[in-house]
Amino acid sequence: MTKVTMTVNGISQSAETEGRTLLSAYLREGLGLTGTHIGCDTSQCGACVVHVDGVAVKSCSIFAQDVAGSRVTTIEGMANEDGSLGVVQQAFQDHHGLQCGFCTAGMVMTTSALLKGNPRPTEQEVRHGLEGNICRCTGYHNIVKAVLAASGQDAVAMAAE
Amino acid sequence: MPKDHGIGASTKRREDVRFLTGTGNYLHDITVHGQAYAVFVRSNVANGRIVSVGSDAATGMPGVLAVFTGADFTAVGGNPAGWLINSRNGEPMREPKRPVLAHGKVRHVGDAYAAVIAASYNEAKDAAQAVADASVIEELPAVVDMAKALADPTNRVHDELPDNQCFDWGWIEDNRARVDAAIKAAPHVTTLELINNRLIPNAMEPRASIGEYFPGTGDYKLTTTSQNPHLTRLLVAAFVMGIPENKLTVVAPDVGGGFGSKIYHYGEEALVLAAAKKLKRAVKWVAERSESFLTDAHGRDHVTRIELACEKDGTFIAFRTETMANVGAYLSNFATVTPTFLHGTLMAGPYKVPNVYVNVKTVFTNTAPVDAYRGAGRPEATYSLERVVDMMCRELGLDPFEVRRKNFITTDMFPYTTPVGLAYDIGNYHATLDKATQLGDVAGFEGRRAASAAKGKLRGLGLSTWIEACGIAPSNLAGILGARVGLYDAATVRVNPTGNVSVFVGAHSHGQSHETVFPQIVADKFGIPESSVEIVHGDTSKIPFGMGSYGSRSLAVCGQAMSNACDKVVAKGRKIAAHMLEVTEADIVFSDGVFTASGTNKSKTFGEIAFSAYVPHNYPLATLEPGLEETAFYDPANFTYPAGTYICEVEVDADTGRVEVASFTCADDFGNVMNPMVVRGQVHGGVVQGIGQALLEHGVYDENGQLLSGSYMDYTMPRADDVPFVTVDHSCATPCTHNTLGVKGCGEAGAIGSPPAVVNAVLDALNRAGHNIAHIDMPLTPSRVWHAMNG
Repeated sequence: MTKVTMTVNGISQSAETEGRTLLSAYLREGLGLTGTHIGCDTSQCGACVVHVDGVAVKSCSIFAQDVAGSRVTTIEGMANEDGSLGVVQQAFQDHHGLQCGFCTAGMVMTTSALLKGNPRPTEQEVRHGLEGNICRCTGYHNIVKAVLAASGQDAVAMAAE
Repeated sequence: MPKDHGIGASTKRREDVRFLTGTGNYLHDITVHGQAYAVFVRSNVANGRIVSVGSDAATGMPGVLAVFTGADFTAVGGNPAGWLINSRNGEPMREPKRPVLAHGKVRHVGDAYAAVIAASYNEAKDAAQAVADASVIEELPAVVDMAKALADPTNRVHDELPDNQCFDWGWIEDNRARVDAAIKAAPHVTTLELINNRLIPNAMEPRASIGEYFPGTGDYKLTTTSQNPHLTRLLVAAFVMGIPENKLTVVAPDVGGGFGSKIYHYGEEALVLAAAKKLKRAVKWVAERSESFLTDAHGRDHVTRIELACEKDGTFIAFRTETMANVGAYLSNFATVTPTFLHGTLMAGPYKVPNVYVNVKTVFTNTAPVDAYRGAGRPEATYSLERVVDMMCRELGLDPFEVRRKNFITTDMFPYTTPVGLAYDIGNYHATLDKATQLGDVAGFEGRRAASAAKGKLRGLGLSTWIEACGIAPSNLAGILGARVGLYDAATVRVNPTGNVSVFVGAHSHGQSHETVFPQIVADKFGIPESSVEIVHGDTSKIPFGMGSYGSRSLAVCGQAMSNACDKVVAKGRKIAAHMLEVTEADIVFSDGVFTASGTNKSKTFGEIAFSAYVPHNYPLATLEPGLEETAFYDPANFTYPAGTYICEVEVDADTGRVEVASFTCADDFGNVMNPMVVRGQVHGGVVQGIGQALLEHGVYDENGQLLSGSYMDYTMPRADDVPFVTVDHSCATPCTHNTLGVKGCGEAGAIGSPPAVVNAVLDALNRAGHNIAHIDMPLTPSRVWHAMNG
């Protein structure tokens, strides 16, 4: 067991981990941040996406020890300082971009990183950008709409109704 | 102006806030003090004799607390089938015991024959591997192909059964001779053999369970990923473990999707309870995705031959189908009703066809159990019908739109009893067809086809006119047909002293938005804000009773129970108001949250009545009880029958066979709509699952019973860049006639109606391009489409 320290949602955190402990398990079990979900264990579903030093990463595909010292942001760190929903989170609620909610954390984290790199994506760029995140409930319709809305575009006009 | 609150408003979802901030409470997120971990040892062969289980290998390994094997559960019951179906000759179905852990034989890859409990997950996983390595399983020839399983029962899934058939069902047997004669005499018969491909549900949250035992009281608690906690309690307590139901609480917290796969009781739930009792500590199990692929009940998997007999002008005379339906290695709880009463009864579609006969043979194979998956039997019926109708149109050179118009049941014919036993109460199939035709701009198709052709793409348009039966009911009919459960639901409406309301419902929300939509109804009923209403679900110790959520039943059955309970509360409120206002009950009018003595200016608000109910200082107690809480059980008089038209346009790449869905248009009749935003979302999701079935998804076993599509690298889930925006309309509403909300079900429609629209569109594209291709089986992968075009 090794003590691994990193900055998570702006706070320096430490937990004892085995060498084989994945970042997803470190966050969930070591730190109790269960908002990051594990949907497949094999880096294909995207439910576990977090930001490591500002980059979207599937946290089930990286060892906790390998990101020691990094700045990590999880879904728990995405709300505004006053506790209100952040822009991406609010767009997901406004446009019904979630149903069961299990994939949602990963969708929000991926979206946030996507918009940082491409502030006004086209519909096709959004769909391509979300390709690593599986949702079984929404058919992606309202997720894509939410991402377009979060980018400040007229999502209602761009989407079918 | 759209409504901004109550019934019909697109109220934003309150549950979203916790899911968007990482504060949901899914099963994997729950930690119980002192919990140990279970990991299952699963068969890696499809059919095998268990020679020895290497439990000893785990002894002394770090953290190991116990190893369970099938021998530990021989004294308890099996997990039962929920419906008893008789064969055509009157024989009851074969129902082999489905044990908690396999004993003697393993019957599919993934069949659990041991479980290791250890202090940590990693320790349990390491020890489970050691047990697997030390176990001896003698592999036997696997039974995988249904036709072979029936033709030659030398190799059997269950040694004690004479063959691999569960039952041979006819519906309706009295129709058979008439249907046979009608087909023989018909001017035209179209025959189509097709496969309804096996699907793997893949709710994003894998199944998981925590068992707890409280030695002081002898109580058990099962926290589990369930769509119906009371049903699970009944099955695990009364049928399997022999625990009195009153000593077992089942809690289903936030559940990350179900789509049918979490209706059923699974052996893991019984195991964690038994282990918790033995070890006197909580035991938790969370499936890995590979376990979900191997052990969640799969869906569909029918092989069907359908004949459509008609006049030369396309007027339908008869449908006759023969289907082999895979039930897998064991009967999952609804495995026998799904290919029968949820399938055969829909085989008239929305058509006034006079003769229909359905034969279904269910077959045991060495594969995962197959059961209801979003749509459950109705997608299979719809696919068979809408494909054969399209094929007939091509054979006779008829317009598929006009043929459907010609054969639709018309609005003057309701209530309409079909030849396969359902009584449709109401609908307007011409209206949804016209609406979809307009929204999908069918008139502009040729222009779009030319534009696609200019890009080198083959464009096609496909049509599907679907109907389904949801909110399965009534209990008395279901009982006659073999159901071992009732099909009502229940709700308790508790008005608290300060006037806010707690509603305890038997339905379970795992994406359906009950926490938001149900308060819209209660708010309208009581004339109070939605925010004053809280929905409580998923806990057998809190809710009155309930059959859970599946079969698009939540609103049409449980929502109506809730509405009825609200009516009872208002009736009690009128008694209280009459007492307070010193008038007779008959003089009290309740409107918009106020009880008024008619003809006077005397009134009491809903809140004043509530407070009085709990502070009954001067009540005439002989005639007026304190309190304001009512329960209703609602057993519907009939199914509800949503219906609609779906139009799909595709572009096919002639060089690669790749299909792109260019547009998808839905015109649905769901009756009255409580929250349009939520209803549209349900359709979007269902349609994409149907597109997935049509183009991408396939649960494939090889001849040895190994699951070849057992991960997201092999099983193609629809992703955001596989699908377009979906146009959805629900304006052609004919309110259900037998519930007061006027609602039907919307949860499964998309998955039911969409696959044939997609496949019909692809075949349209290919045939317009000069290929003479009658049919391609789903999923229409690039390889299959390319081979169809190129031989």
